[in-house]
Amino acid sequence: MKIQFELNGKPVEGDVLPRTHLADCIRHQFMQTGTHVGCEHGVCGACTVIVDGDAVRSCLMLAVQADGCKVTTVEGLSGDDDLTPLQKSFRKHHALQCGFCTPGILTTAHALLSEEPDADRDRIREVLSGNICRCTGYVSIIEAVYEARLAYRAADRK
Amino acid sequence: MKFPNFDYAAPSTVAEAVSLLAAGRGSAKVLAGGQSLLPVLAFRLAAPALLVDIRKLKELQKISVGEDGVRLGARARWRDIEDDARLRTAHPLLVAAIDHVAHYQIRNRGTVGGSLAHADPAAEMPGIAMTCDAEIRVVGPKGERLIPAGRFFTGALTTALADDELIVEVRLPAWPAKRRWGFEELALRRGDFALAGIAAFYDIDTQGRATNTHIGVIGACMCPHRIPQAEAMLNGRVVDEAAIHAAARAAEEALDPPSDLHASAAYRRSLAGTLLERVLQRAAK
Amino acid sequence: MSFVGKPIERIEDLRLLRGRGRYVDDLHREGMLHAAIVRSSIPHGRIRAIHTSAARAMPGVRAVFTAEDIAPGAAKVPVIPMRLMPVEQLLPFEQPVIAKSKVRYVGEPMAIVIADTLAQAEDAVDAIECDIEPLPPVPDRHASETNQSILIEEAGTNIPISYLATKGDALAVKAPYVRRERLSTNRHSAVCLEPRGLLASWDGAKTRLTVEGVAKVPFQSRRTIAKNMDLPEDCIDMIEGDVGGGFGVRGEFHPEDFLIPWTARKLGRPVKWVEDRRENLLAANHSREIDAELEIACEKDGTVVALRGRLWVDMGAYARANGTMVPRNAAQMMSGPYRIPNIHIESTMLLTNKTPVGTYRGPGRFEADFFRERMFDIAARDLGIDPVEFRRKNLARKDEMPFPLATLNLPEKKEELDSGDYQIALDRCLKEFGWSEKQKLQGKLVDGRYHGVAVGCFIEGGAAGPRESARMVLDPDGGVSVFVGGTSVGQGLETVMVQIAADALGLPMEGIRIFHGSTTCVTEGFGSFHSRSTVMSGSAVLLAAKELKDEIAKRLGKEVPLKDVDLKSVAPLSVESTFHNHRHTYANGACAAHVSVDPRTGHVRLIDYVTVEDIGRIVNPLLATGQIVGAVVQGLGGALLEHLQYDENGQFLTASLADYLLPSATDFPSVRAFVLEDSPSPINPLGTKGAGEGGIVSVGGVIANAVGAALAPLGAVPRALPLSPPRVWQIIQDARKVA
Repeated sequence: MKIQFELNGKPVEGDVLPRTHLADCIRHQFMQTGTHVGCEHGVCGACTVIVDGDAVRSCLMLAVQADGCKVTTVEGLSGDDDLTPLQKSFRKHHALQCGFCTPGILTTAHALLSEEPDADRDRIREVLSGNICRCTGYVSIIEAVYEARLAYRAADRK
Repeated sequence: MKFPNFDYAAPSTVAEAVSLLAAGRGSAKVLAGGQSLLPVLAFRLAAPALLVDIRKLKELQKISVGEDGVRLGARARWRDIEDDARLRTAHPLLVAAIDHVAHYQIRNRGTVGGSLAHADPAAEMPGIAMTCDAEIRVVGPKGERLIPAGRFFTGALTTALADDELIVEVRLPAWPAKRRWGFEELALRRGDFALAGIAAFYDIDTQGRATNTHIGVIGACMCPHRIPQAEAMLNGRVVDEAAIHAAARAAEEALDPPSDLHASAAYRRSLAGTLLERVLQRAAK
Repeated sequence: MSFVGKPIERIEDLRLLRGRGRYVDDLHREGMLHAAIVRSSIPHGRIRAIHTSAARAMPGVRAVFTAEDIAPGAAKVPVIPMRLMPVEQLLPFEQPVIAKSKVRYVGEPMAIVIADTLAQAEDAVDAIECDIEPLPPVPDRHASETNQSILIEEAGTNIPISYLATKGDALAVKAPYVRRERLSTNRHSAVCLEPRGLLASWDGAKTRLTVEGVAKVPFQSRRTIAKNMDLPEDCIDMIEGDVGGGFGVRGEFHPEDFLIPWTARKLGRPVKWVEDRRENLLAANHSREIDAELEIACEKDGTVVALRGRLWVDMGAYARANGTMVPRNAAQMMSGPYRIPNIHIESTMLLTNKTPVGTYRGPGRFEADFFRERMFDIAARDLGIDPVEFRRKNLARKDEMPFPLATLNLPEKKEELDSGDYQIALDRCLKEFGWSEKQKLQGKLVDGRYHGVAVGCFIEGGAAGPRESARMVLDPDGGVSVFVGGTSVGQGLETVMVQIAADALGLPMEGIRIFHGSTTCVTEGFGSFHSRSTVMSGSAVLLAAKELKDEIAKRLGKEVPLKDVDLKSVAPLSVESTFHNHRHTYANGACAAHVSVDPRTGHVRLIDYVTVEDIGRIVNPLLATGQIVGAVVQGLGGALLEHLQYDENGQFLTASLADYLLPSATDFPSVRAFVLEDSPSPINPLGTKGAGEGGIVSVGGVIANAVGAALAPLGAVPRALPLSPPRVWQIIQDARKVA
């Protein structure tokens, strides 16, 4: 089936089988491989992308369902040159090791802080409980997201 | 774990959706949020020939609050319930229960109708529908019908919904402001399906006694259900420690939970009793 | 200029944070085909037929291969060789890369399907019918021991080997206090977030096989592929990309590590295989399933005089590459950091119809620490001795270093603790934890929950030899390229190696490029396992840097700090150095946990967890702390949540992440780690010690002890992991029955 959507600010169009999930479509059709597939049954959160402002699991959404939507992946969070404040905070706090879960955690945290820049640590933990990280033990991730809140508050004021 | 092959349609009206389901003669499945159906397909536990995506049926997204109660459109998401400030007073039990559903990302897509149709015995929404005497409005080729929750859930993962019927709405009866209520569940991790969960409410009569007691169980059952034996221990009595204890023991006796890899039947039975005690203690405060 | 010792932010992060990592499933090759594996759904059976014709006719399907294609007729199917501690008596138990006559566990490869897309390959897998005559399953070690149903008939027994770890004469020891206990640890495993995967390409014209997606031990895996495919080793390139977690499982040789390259060669096309999560849980190495029957003997004052008993290690269906390390370590490391003079531990491998066992972070050590620390707390309670004092009294002393552990047989292996002042970590742990305050809560019921605290001490072995290499190249542009045999599994190898190289060369980190893991990097590499990379590759880098500096000085005719040299003028230059090591480093530490237990539901809440580890010289405290916290939380998963379960017929029950429960962000919010560098290792020039596994080793023991302490008023005694709510509830019920 023919589909069109906006991927990281750019229009894309493709022809996919209905059974193709959004993660596979983004990764293998549009070759944006930053979004990772960790379980394909909606538990690990590695494939989280932002669809029309909402963080969703792209393994539990068909590519055809994204027709007409705005999709943001980890590649769309930062420009070519520099890391965003959220990404810098992850680096500072050593909030990633193998990096496989990281794109899904960044997109989730970005969606959260865009809507709730005052989220406290409990809220951050609760929201990120849908993203499995096998390396860090989460402590550094929570701190990294918590510290990045400032940048989102600043963005609010603009 | 790639999905098996299927066709896909995204109709623009309920009528169109129903006629697609009817034409599928049992081989078509409704795709709402997809958060239960797509994992089933990923494990290839089902192989529908056609998925009828109801994403274009915006009218099914509506949540309305009126004197006759709360109406949740089939496409209302967990996230929509969480965000709707009216529901915190219009149906606090619903809000408290839905708070336990899955995780942030799932909550952005998972729907009320999808959960009812999937009918997982450990899921919160079917439990609330059962506990609250909800009615489920479905549309089929011959028109619509209202199915009481008590007749809707027929077993684990099975319902009275016909292959060619679409859930459009669930109606929860009005919620008196002074109603006493509580919800408790225990899952192994936050957002997991409950090993057991209890939803309960009762009203207080002029003598300070419980009346209209509703107690429902999830997780420790093959299908969400009320526990009349426990309700009977409260109706007409002041809800004190003795009444609570009697209700909890009656519930434990009445339940017939399954054993699985996560917990034994004995554990689930005891857990449900404990949770009921805690629900009632909180409600009585 | 000094980088070593500083919390330097990682080089790796710059790409990984922007979605620019290159994991195996991110790779595409012209003409690439996709593989899916047909796996046995029967735990134990004889293969009558595999019907593939319907699958071959399906859209997009290019080929279907079975054992008959790989080893026709009477030919023997290649096996996965023992990588570590091979002894002849284990040879009959090695796993064939594909089932030919029998299947021995659910998940064993039976056929491989190649198609244009992965979805098509999976469609075809569903269309293949396997006709298997079921045989009586061997679901546990008790059934295994009877030898009534034999997995490998040629071997004639389900019991491949029994190891013995001994010190002194434990069997002869008589003591005023003796207690015997049965304890057990639960089958669980690494479950890396990135599923395993391989992309193999064959170039027939150049006789060249390229395998991407490799990890951990690429040189060793190349040797196995070369032997089994009858190719010279130097015709095979093993290329390492980004790797989504290792923890001992990923990169160890599995059947697919043969099947995918073989298929690529057979078809002359690149073939990619990426396991799905169900396969990952089913087919990647399991670990940790041990039953123990142990006896501790003490003086009245709590001095431990002997530890003796037996271990039964459920190995699954075969003895895989490094599986022996589990029973071996569990026996030899049983004494941990304590000076137990008499030890006699027999450790028996038993085959069952389950997924084969390999090493998982802290292999055998997690289990041994659970057994030992449980025995210690039980003994301390019986003797009325404070659990801290009990441990303090028995810790090996600084003046006793190097301190010998028990000696292991088959083959004989002596082992000694290299250095350390173990009381320091214990004291620091108690201070950070606030032990004196928190212990007042011991066994108290507060708001409906019983509180308990526990403390434990541990060691962490690292730096496996025999050697590791580093090549250093001064490039024409004046930059330095560093090539190491160590592999990156996400632990921050690149940053650590560049820190070490920059200091050794006296150059800024920016001009140094790092390459690792691939067989194209160095002449011979050994990879990353046994917490060895910082010590082994780091020491090799140190040696190579010295050699490079010497070469440059030779060219210049004098010694000049490299930062003052126009490096372009002396380029190109290349050196390769090798660091040899036959001893192990031993980091040491102490940990403490505070839990509360709901006696009605059995739910355990972790309130606080502190771990302190002396890891010798610290290269990067940010990364070291990250390793430890991450390891602790993995251990908490194993202690409280994770369990690979089978039913009584050998059917696998936990094939999804909804059933196999990994820790999530809300489970264990309070974990604190502190690293010390009081005892540099005397056996390597950096003074570092392996630090990737210590965090996990001690978790099972200290958590079970905290739960035991909390429930002591009820008489409930934890003897098995994981301490899930239903299990804790059950031990409370059992204690009530006894009372």
